[in-house]
Amino acid sequence: MRRCSTLIEAENVYFIYPNGVEALKGVSLRINDGEFVAIMGQNGAGKTTLVKHFVGLLKPTKGRVLVDGVDTRTVSVAQLARKVGFVFQNPDHQLFSETVEDEIAFALRNFGFDEKTVRERVDWALNLLDLTQYRKTSPFMLSGGERKRVALASVLAWDPKILILDEPTIGQDAYQKERLRHFIIQMNQQGKTVIIVTHDIEFVAECEPRVILMVNGRIIADGDAREVLTDTVAIKEASLVLPEITQVFMGLNDLGFSWKVLGVYEAKCLILERLRGVRI
Amino acid sequence: MSIFEGLRFKTISSPIHRIDPRAKFIYVCVLFAIAVLFSQLIPLLILFFSQMPLIIIAKLKREWLRLMRGSMFFAAIIFIANMVSLYFYGGTQSLAAVVEHSLAMTTRFLILVESFSIFFATTSPDMLSLSLEQIGVPYEFCFAFTTAIRFVPVLAEEAQTIMDAQKARGLELERGNFIKRVKNYIPILIPLIVSAIRRSMELAEAMESRAWGASKKRTSLYSLKMKTKDYIFIVASIIVLLVSIYVRFFISIPSVTELMHLG
Repeated sequence: MRRCSTLIEAENVYFIYPNGVEALKGVSLRINDGEFVAIMGQNGAGKTTLVKHFVGLLKPTKGRVLVDGVDTRTVSVAQLARKVGFVFQNPDHQLFSETVEDEIAFALRNFGFDEKTVRERVDWALNLLDLTQYRKTSPFMLSGGERKRVALASVLAWDPKILILDEPTIGQDAYQKERLRHFIIQMNQQGKTVIIVTHDIEFVAECEPRVILMVNGRIIADGDAREVLTDTVAIKEASLVLPEITQVFMGLNDLGFSWKVLGVYEAKCLILERLRGVRI
Repeated sequence: MSIFEGLRFKTISSPIHRIDPRAKFIYVCVLFAIAVLFSQLIPLLILFFSQMPLIIIAKLKREWLRLMRGSMFFAAIIFIANMVSLYFYGGTQSLAAVVEHSLAMTTRFLILVESFSIFFATTSPDMLSLSLEQIGVPYEFCFAFTTAIRFVPVLAEEAQTIMDAQKARGLELERGNFIKRVKNYIPILIPLIVSAIRRSMELAEAMESRAWGASKKRTSLYSLKMKTKDYIFIVASIIVLLVSIYVRFFISIPSVTELMHLG
């Protein structure tokens, strides 16, 4: 796996909305090829604003953003989108076609793929997200979770190098969340750079990606999930709550457990190990 | 979206904001009538600039500038359409006269936009609905009217999000010939309409669950009362209208072209 070259680079980015709200106040970060990053923080911390810069939907007021070495101010959104797939929070903001099939083909046709490739890619994406049975169904007839999958399929179809998911877990049941997690990890293992924006800390704790915490348009912590999500000070500052497993292990701290634990499986192992060690 | 800025109500206080909506409505009607009454450039320009004091009192200078900038596109269309039609089908007019007449028509349009802006930017939707109700319009209609106004900014924001979402899927709005460009808007309009319908259903359910329309006779916390200054405002508006009618029919107004020839 290539984990060396920088794919996205933000240099001291400031962004002020036309209504005067300063959403980003000097954000600098590098995301390498093949990384899996979760951007977290409370509502209005600037998470979505930041990732919108990565597809050029917003251009920095000050500073610059480089995607694959290209300054986002010099290219159109459509050109960037070829490399950066952005799945919006609400699928209803993009679904418009008569059939699921057409919906997925829309972006492919925009990018000028030939009809044969379009058909292949549509089949591939339908299969990937388990939507083949809905091929001819209207996207408006599907359930919320299915619509979200159609939106995801329509972006994955053109196989972008970078995948950005804005609040992917909202409105998904536990089973779908679990599937989504496997799916994201699989995508990442296949070499895609994945960026998720979320405040679902349990979901992130299970994935264990690199975590970036944002507060008021600034990055306050950036590092391994294990370090950042168990950093009580930073988590509190970002108005988040520690993952439940971490909270449990904080309570067990006086028994000599470290609280830097995230996963359920890992927790189980630690406890079993301790129990086996105890001889009555 | 700058054109909407000038039409959106902002909660600030000024003497103009405090005038009764009905009085303001009469004033706007008078402005409309005068704008239609005259078709020469000089009186229309006078009318256009005579609104300036009101705009300054209402603290709308910035919005006014934005509104004018936003209207430039339509103003240009009106100007060109008038030029073309008058030049080719207008008979034996000189070019100067054609330009002057086209400018007059454009100014007329700007007056209409400007007076609309003064009315809507200084009248809160609630007051508007209240005044409609007091004129005797059924509450259902007043409510529909205020809701429509309320949801304009929400819809504008949603349209922006949808545009972003489709651009991120490679949609290029500015590409292709005219028909292609119109077609480009389909992926934006459909989600917008669908979500507007969905929202209206949700709104209806939310309102019903809060017993909307349970009592036939509604009372309201505020009631509008015409004060002396409102009557003065109405009387002044009507006097201006009468004077304009007199000027229009009994005094001949020179055109700019004629004035230049004299000089």
